[in-house]
Amino acid sequence: MNDLLGVVDWSRAQFALTAMYHWLFVPLTIGLSLMLAIMETIYVRTGKESWKGITKFWMTLFGINFACGVATGIILEFEFGTNWSNYSWFVGDIFGAPLAIEGLLAFFMEATFVAVMFFGWNKVSKRFHLASTWLTAVGVSLSALWILVANAWMQNPVGMAFDPDRMRNVMDNFWEVAFNSVAMNKFFHAVFSGWVLAGVFVIGISSWLLWRKRNVDAAVKSIKVGSWFGLIGMLLTLYTGDGSAVEVARVQPMKLAAMEGLYDGKVGQELIAFGIYNNEKKPGDDRDAMHFEISLPYGLSVLANHDPDSFVPGINDLINGIALTADGDTIDTVSYAERIEQGKSARAALARYGEARAAGDSTAMEMALADIRADYKYFGYGFFDSVEEAVPPVAMTFYAFRIMVMAGGYLMLLFVVLIIVCYKKIKVLERPWLHWVGILSIPIVWICSQAGWVVAEVGRQPWVIQDLMPTRAAVSAIQSSSVELTFWIFAVLFTLMLAAEISIMLRYISKASKNNIEQHD
Amino acid sequence: MTTLELLQSYWWLLVAVLGAVLVFLLFVQGGQSMILELSGDNSRSLVINSLGRKWELTFTTLVVFGGAFFASFPLFYSTSFGGAYWLWMLILLSFVLQAVSYEFRRKKGNLYGTSTYDIFLMFNGLFGCVLLGVAVAMMFFGGEFTINKNNLLDVAAPVISRWAPTHGLEAIFSWKNLLLGFAVFFLARTQAALYFINNIESTDVFARRLRNKVLVNGLIFAVLFVAFLALILLSDGLRETAGGFVIESNLYLHNLLEMWPLTVVLLIGVVMVLYAIGRSAFCAAYRCGIWWSGIGTVLVVIVLLLIAGWNHTAYYPSLVDPASSLTIANSSSSLFTLKVMSWVSVVIPFVIAYIAIVWRKMNNKPLTADELDNESHKY
Repeated sequence: MNDLLGVVDWSRAQFALTAMYHWLFVPLTIGLSLMLAIMETIYVRTGKESWKGITKFWMTLFGINFACGVATGIILEFEFGTNWSNYSWFVGDIFGAPLAIEGLLAFFMEATFVAVMFFGWNKVSKRFHLASTWLTAVGVSLSALWILVANAWMQNPVGMAFDPDRMRNVMDNFWEVAFNSVAMNKFFHAVFSGWVLAGVFVIGISSWLLWRKRNVDAAVKSIKVGSWFGLIGMLLTLYTGDGSAVEVARVQPMKLAAMEGLYDGKVGQELIAFGIYNNEKKPGDDRDAMHFEISLPYGLSVLANHDPDSFVPGINDLINGIALTADGDTIDTVSYAERIEQGKSARAALARYGEARAAGDSTAMEMALADIRADYKYFGYGFFDSVEEAVPPVAMTFYAFRIMVMAGGYLMLLFVVLIIVCYKKIKVLERPWLHWVGILSIPIVWICSQAGWVVAEVGRQPWVIQDLMPTRAAVSAIQSSSVELTFWIFAVLFTLMLAAEISIMLRYISKASKNNIEQHD
Repeated sequence: MTTLELLQSYWWLLVAVLGAVLVFLLFVQGGQSMILELSGDNSRSLVINSLGRKWELTFTTLVVFGGAFFASFPLFYSTSFGGAYWLWMLILLSFVLQAVSYEFRRKKGNLYGTSTYDIFLMFNGLFGCVLLGVAVAMMFFGGEFTINKNNLLDVAAPVISRWAPTHGLEAIFSWKNLLLGFAVFFLARTQAALYFINNIESTDVFARRLRNKVLVNGLIFAVLFVAFLALILLSDGLRETAGGFVIESNLYLHNLLEMWPLTVVLLIGVVMVLYAIGRSAFCAAYRCGIWWSGIGTVLVVIVLLLIAGWNHTAYYPSLVDPASSLTIANSSSSLFTLKVMSWVSVVIPFVIAYIAIVWRKMNNKPLTADELDNESHKY
């Protein structure tokens, strides 16, 4: 049992490490690929060689980053098998399909057309090259779509049924899986956040060019494109983020409660703008959840239900069985203690079903099957002994959410200011302080992006599949020391890769900017 | 044959095709293993840039191969990847190193120097091929695993598949598995030389070196492949019957005879590969060997995988508990998922078509030193 917990912890650490490194590179790929397509379109439509130079400058940076995204991506896919083998069997019938579709529809498109994008300038026509750049961008977004369909299904398992004969879940409605409402919000939220990140990346590097007084024209053009791109991305990210919040309130109310550090909900629930969480707080005790807080009245009720007078359940409410319906009405549903009992009951019924099947007793099989169906909804709770085990790490979720929101607000302001400056107060673009604001915004956008995923993934713990399979039941039967060793191998390797990528980018930007980027070749 | 059985066979065929294309595309790895041997003048630069325009296809095919296996035969994905942990981790590690090496190797500020990235490429060239060969060989020679789905009911130890404590290391050091591993490696090197002959405008001296490499690597491959083929045709295998798994002598030979069209395809494939090696080695003007060899390789590998999985054969035999062995029937996805995925597979011809169009457009002329000098994006 101890080694099982060790394997779970190290497997989680390894997956988190891989996913976080992967997400350092992917959003830039998503955003920059589209920006490249837009820049090259301007080049093809206007025929101005300066836009070709700018496109090629950013394309080189795209290529350096793309390689790291590919390198970390392969590990992620195979880790579902290497580290989460029980998961791969339990839901592979459903989860494998989006991954395979991603490969067929997206990866080949990316791999094929990215080669034309890099090497085809003198080999194919202008229009074929432009089409390849667009198809690369489409491939990148398609890839994001299918992996997020897969991820969303883990958070909101739909379109499936349990097959007791083979001890696994099977798909029974592909469209429900593909068009899962959580998936749609997640996909657009992630892609638009990639636009924001790419916008800030372009602004930051262009700000450095302005600071060094190199390629001023190209830098100003790039800041304009980056600011508009980022602002549009940010507005759309906000819109889809709002949709995600409503979905989370319905599908994963415990995650929402953890995001707010909310234990006892009420009608007209405020949203904590800033707060210090009390780490001693436990479900059901009398301690205050916050040492200090500044709140926005009615904020959480509006965020979760679009209704300032609505009720938002807290952790204690949910444990006690108070939740919301899909229409936002408060209902008294099954308490977590009862869910644990039902989960254990479903497991016992499954054991009886197996015994009856082995004995060829069809009547007993029917009875056991009815019991399984009655309680299967809470199958995963049967792995717990106490209700506290079903509560996610609150502090990490709470702080990550605040970091994401605050950084997002800052970035929104940055885009607006830069657009005003570019069109109304162009002289301000010469001020060094603004250059440094642009440069220092680069780490902020990455922190924002990472924090968003911490909210999504830490906040859904302890589940690998919501309500059906806890993380600890999803692992492979390997020694924890083996996973610990591979964790450190990947930690070192990815860190060395990241250091090399940053170093190459900085050297390239410094060198290329000494010449005229608009004549870049 | 029921619809489910038909779709299980169809998806095994698709997995076999993807695996076969992957083995063909391993010429990239084969080429990487030769970069030290092909130094001098512009040779190394030409070789690496020629490979660098194809590495992502190999990489992507490996990823899609994994994804297709996951979607169609999830019990294999669960059992093999989670069990033979070290085998798969080493394979993945080698491909991670490859993914950054092309882009980073010549870039200023790469921190570790060009030769470090070249060592990474060679590491992937050797270990990527050999270990993938080992992984495929396990489909004939088995693994040390058990599967018990009732474990899911045990809260303290819920994992259904368990493996020997060495977790794949034992498979890497099995001589039978290594036989195929090194056969794949020398095939990849042979095909890399054939690819360079086709894709690089080379001097007479360089062309002679390539033809020599085709001959030497081709001969080593042929010996290893014949030995592997003889070994599996003379081996016992596990066949699933109504009463459970039974050990059958010469199972794979029986499969070839019972599914005789596969024997014909196998022979055609072998002849194509041998023709490509022979003609490319001895005819100075001949440049199309990669296509004969490539198609031949795809045909041979498809047949090998089909005789491993079709005809009620255990394609992943368990050496410690035969009842745990995997067949396409007991490890597949449900009928519904296989149907959905079969509809998705309709896009495969379109994917192949656009890859072919792009390949043709980008490779209508061999890569030259002049082209490389004028190329802004090079490795």
